[in-house]
Amino acid sequence: MSPDSAPAAQEPDIAAAHARPPGLLALFLAFARMSLAGFGGVLVFARHAIVDQHRWMTADEFNETFALCHFLPGPNIVNLSMVFGARLRGIAGGVAAFTGLLLPPTGIMTVLAIIYARFGDVEVLRRSLAGISCAAVGLLIAVVFRMMTPLLKRMDVVVIVLMLGVFVAIGVLRLPLQAVLLVAIPVSIGVRYLMRRKVAA
Amino acid sequence: MNSDNPIWALISTFGLMSLFAVGGAAAAVPEMHRVAVEMHHWMTDKQFADAYAIAQLSPGPNVLIVTLIGYAVAGIPGALAATLAMCLPTALVAYYVSRLLNRPSQSRWPGLIQAALVPLSIGLMAASALILAQSTDRTIAALLLTATVAVLASVSRINPLWLLLAGGLFGFAGIV
Repeated sequence: MSPDSAPAAQEPDIAAAHARPPGLLALFLAFARMSLAGFGGVLVFARHAIVDQHRWMTADEFNETFALCHFLPGPNIVNLSMVFGARLRGIAGGVAAFTGLLLPPTGIMTVLAIIYARFGDVEVLRRSLAGISCAAVGLLIAVVFRMMTPLLKRMDVVVIVLMLGVFVAIGVLRLPLQAVLLVAIPVSIGVRYLMRRKVAA
Repeated sequence: MNSDNPIWALISTFGLMSLFAVGGAAAAVPEMHRVAVEMHHWMTDKQFADAYAIAQLSPGPNVLIVTLIGYAVAGIPGALAATLAMCLPTALVAYYVSRLLNRPSQSRWPGLIQAALVPLSIGLMAASALILAQSTDRTIAALLLTATVAVLASVSRINPLWLLLAGGLFGFAGIV
């Protein structure tokens, strides 16, 4: 009878969307594409697609989301697909991105496993693979450099020292990961807490 | 109940391993080697090294080395079981934690913690790059190739796929 049951305008949760959030199919396809392009790791391509190409996140938002996924257990980029998809489209979005990321390469990997079981010892194949892995390491260095730039631009000495500390402890001294993180995480959180208080004061 | 079932062994092994794999797939590789080669004798040392190379060089997340291990143990069902066991439980954990951290609240701790993790995360990645470079760049030519790709990919927007293909060509020609 009463006409006042008109649907209340729903306030969208996400305040600062940079581009319109993609649909489920678009999420699935975007992650399938970055996954299939992702030779030697998907992170390079994920950052390119999410930050540069689609502008679904800013460089800093990407760093924070990735850092969170990096410190939770499990494969980072797989975690990232779930968290990122869910942030844009809820759990269904998470599942769409997760499946997009994993389904095509798992299929390819299974085919490669079958091929390897037959022709694993071909020399030419082996040499080509070695060349590709050199290039893949170069790409990894480049993505680390790009992720570093927002930090370097801010010239925040404490942050840069923390970053270098972890690099030296794990990469050069080869200390056990758990031990390094057990020290580095509380120190970094503590430092940041003190810095915020100083700014606020 | 049957502990000899290889599928179940894969699921329990990788499901458990993933929950302790902080720092990503690269950090879990030594543990995978210990379990697959030394403990269960699922693969030989050489098969494991090859599986690692194939996973690095194929499209998709590098964690999919578990697909290859799963296939070696139990064929296609093994490949699927290992992949899901390694990826799904932690993805769900990540989903819940991220939702918890991003719940609108007065607390500034979630933002503070996430921001504090950024420099550590980048430091870790840089360390992985160094460790990988030490294992692949055994010759001057290989080192030059890696450095060139790093510079090109940093300063230009060239599609990374071309750089990888160029690397493959250099390898094919026997230069690196």
